[in-house]
Amino acid sequence: MSVVTLTVNGHDVAVPAGASLLEATRVAQAGVPTLCHLDGLTPVAACRLCLVEVEGSGKLLAACSTAAAEGMVVHTHTPQLQEFRRMAVELIFAEGNHVCAVCVANTHCELQDMAVSVGMDHSRFPYQYPHRSVDASHPQFTLDHNRCILCTRCVRVCDEIEGAHVWDIGSRGGHCHIVAGLDEPWGQVQACTSCGKCVEVCPTGALFRNSDTTAEKQPDASLPALLRSAREQHRWNNQ
Amino acid sequence: MPAPPQLRCCDASGCRSAGSQALRTALEAAREAAGLQPGQLTIKPVGCLRLCGSGPLVACDRPGQSHLFGRVAAEQAGALIAAALPAAGSDDAVPAATGDPLAAHRLDLEAPFFALQQSVVLEGCGQVNPDSIDDALSLGAYTQLRRVLEECTPEQVRDEVRRSGLRGRGGAGYPTGLKWDTVALQPPGPRYVVCNADEGDPGAFMDRSVLESDPHRLIEGMAIAAYAVGAERGFVYVRAEYPLAIERLRLALQQARSRHLLGNHIDGTPFNLRLEVRVGAGAYVCGEETALLLSIQGQRGMPQPRPPFPAQSGLWGAPTLINNVETFTAVPVILREGGDWYASIGTERSKGTKVFALSGAVVNTGLVEVPMGTPLRTVVEVIGGGVPDGSPIKAVQTGGPSGGCIPSERLDTPVDYESLLELGSMMGSGGMVVMGPTTSMPEVARHFMGFSVNESCGKCVPCRAGTVQLAQLLDRFVERRATPADMERLDALCQMVKVTSLCGLGQSAPNPVLSTLRWFRHEYEAACREPSACVATGRVTG
Repeated sequence: MSVVTLTVNGHDVAVPAGASLLEATRVAQAGVPTLCHLDGLTPVAACRLCLVEVEGSGKLLAACSTAAAEGMVVHTHTPQLQEFRRMAVELIFAEGNHVCAVCVANTHCELQDMAVSVGMDHSRFPYQYPHRSVDASHPQFTLDHNRCILCTRCVRVCDEIEGAHVWDIGSRGGHCHIVAGLDEPWGQVQACTSCGKCVEVCPTGALFRNSDTTAEKQPDASLPALLRSAREQHRWNNQ
Repeated sequence: MPAPPQLRCCDASGCRSAGSQALRTALEAAREAAGLQPGQLTIKPVGCLRLCGSGPLVACDRPGQSHLFGRVAAEQAGALIAAALPAAGSDDAVPAATGDPLAAHRLDLEAPFFALQQSVVLEGCGQVNPDSIDDALSLGAYTQLRRVLEECTPEQVRDEVRRSGLRGRGGAGYPTGLKWDTVALQPPGPRYVVCNADEGDPGAFMDRSVLESDPHRLIEGMAIAAYAVGAERGFVYVRAEYPLAIERLRLALQQARSRHLLGNHIDGTPFNLRLEVRVGAGAYVCGEETALLLSIQGQRGMPQPRPPFPAQSGLWGAPTLINNVETFTAVPVILREGGDWYASIGTERSKGTKVFALSGAVVNTGLVEVPMGTPLRTVVEVIGGGVPDGSPIKAVQTGGPSGGCIPSERLDTPVDYESLLELGSMMGSGGMVVMGPTTSMPEVARHFMGFSVNESCGKCVPCRAGTVQLAQLLDRFVERRATPADMERLDALCQMVKVTSLCGLGQSAPNPVLSTLRWFRHEYEAACREPSACVATGRVTG
């Protein structure tokens, strides 16, 4: 196995060839934040929180979708990057309707944690208060568009891991929203296997089990990585 | 025997909207009324005759001379037929005397608008009948493809293009030869050529004109490119808003197939190429190459992180060459005249000619092809004729929603990729909108930001949510209720969206704001609720 070596925030790290920059920053324990990325799913580089500075590249690179290369000199927490991350989180909060106090995911929300870790205690941009709907047509789960940050984890886990491709994105720009099936009520989509993987990977309270009420959602976002490695290595926990 | 006189009637979208079809019918009727056979006086529909703002345009060719008439109404058909006839008594001299019913319509071909142009890409525009492959063949179409297939190796073709110094005309200006080499040098396997004809910038209509005027030249250019990189399949991705261009392109492809200039064993050689048209569905972002390729594959058009670049992994994972209409169209001429000839035109780093679509507050609206490095002032003031009421030009907007406004004091800048970037604008695809003194710059910025808000695909956060916030901030300036804090927020958010967006659309969306903030900051300051407070905090910029 060939290895590439690079520098992250002054620390030398070695990762297998083909590893992403994100994996390299993890070796250095740099704590690069991510929202749309999830181990086990294809990276889409949409949330832009994992942007890092690589000397000589001229522009910021998304750590999740960039391959680590020999000799790279990476900086993950320059003042500029930290400011951009905070602004990105502010934009996400201002764009939807995120009310932690009444949210199923309160205290188990990646967006909430992200706000804390990037130091965002209020948004400098005006809240948009968009009119969004709730799809409660599924017998076991609910989709609350108000809390959706369009990370597309649900889209990818359903397509890549479950193989059902129930979810996709409709419309464009600020009107983008997650659609089930052919933009039908979720409960009517026959392709849905009710496996619940989308609920487990949702970073916020947009997807939740009907049995959960405020602050009761306890998702398990490690599922895709677990399933993928089990399938690839043919090793299962019960064997 | 000399060729019979002919009338070339512009039949592209611009002149059609001014009534060119009715005019041509009237001309044909008038010819018949004059007792002439079609062989004695040819009336030919052609593509763009450049001065779109004065349509419908008719060019009149008599042995040894050509005249151009603009704003010709159907009632003047008889007079035009009479003018086209050779030596009907008054010798060949232009009857400029009083009583000439066409005097007011006569356009001076020696005027700077025409005289300063150099037609390379547009060589056949306005000469060739876009619906007729016979006409195109008689004017030399496909000779270079035939010659290349017979005489040249793909390496020789790429070498010629590399030596020409041609750079991508879609806006970014990537060296074309280098891109062709990258595709050609990928491991063996299928390859594709794709033509980006999703011309979406407001104020840009160069590609449409080429498609409507000379589709065979594009097909020839694409076929040569396919040969040079080893592709056997290709697509032309045209936006649905160009129905006439799509119709003509489809017809041209069909004609080329029937003449064995496309398909299997082209012109009797082992080279095969299948070309198809793909029609967009109205998304501006599909002009971004990775989104365009997804759209061709039937998926949602959303930009993907690069690398991998399409040249390595494009359509269905195969190496894909993607170039703009103008880039492909320049190829046949480059091979005919040689790469060195093309490289002798233009500047050190930007070679050849560039087509611009001139519009806005300018006397001469239309299509302009000039050598790279021509000063902007020459284009807008001399060729364009300046602002109609004679007032000074305030700014020139280039590059559409991705570009910026260049102030009048910088009009002496030569038009090339690097100079425009330095001014905070960009070449873009070639739209050039002239603005007079009454234009408010915050309003211009808000207009373009509104465009970006509507056209953002919604994938990445800075572009999806950031452009919405930018548009609202600009509203505050336009409505004169901005504060010093808004000014700071505007600066910071523009920077953030520019640096952190995923694709070129998002990265360039703040350019209209940034460039107007740079050159016209005082207008933003004056638009604050308390202008003096804004000035106090505003940075002083040159």
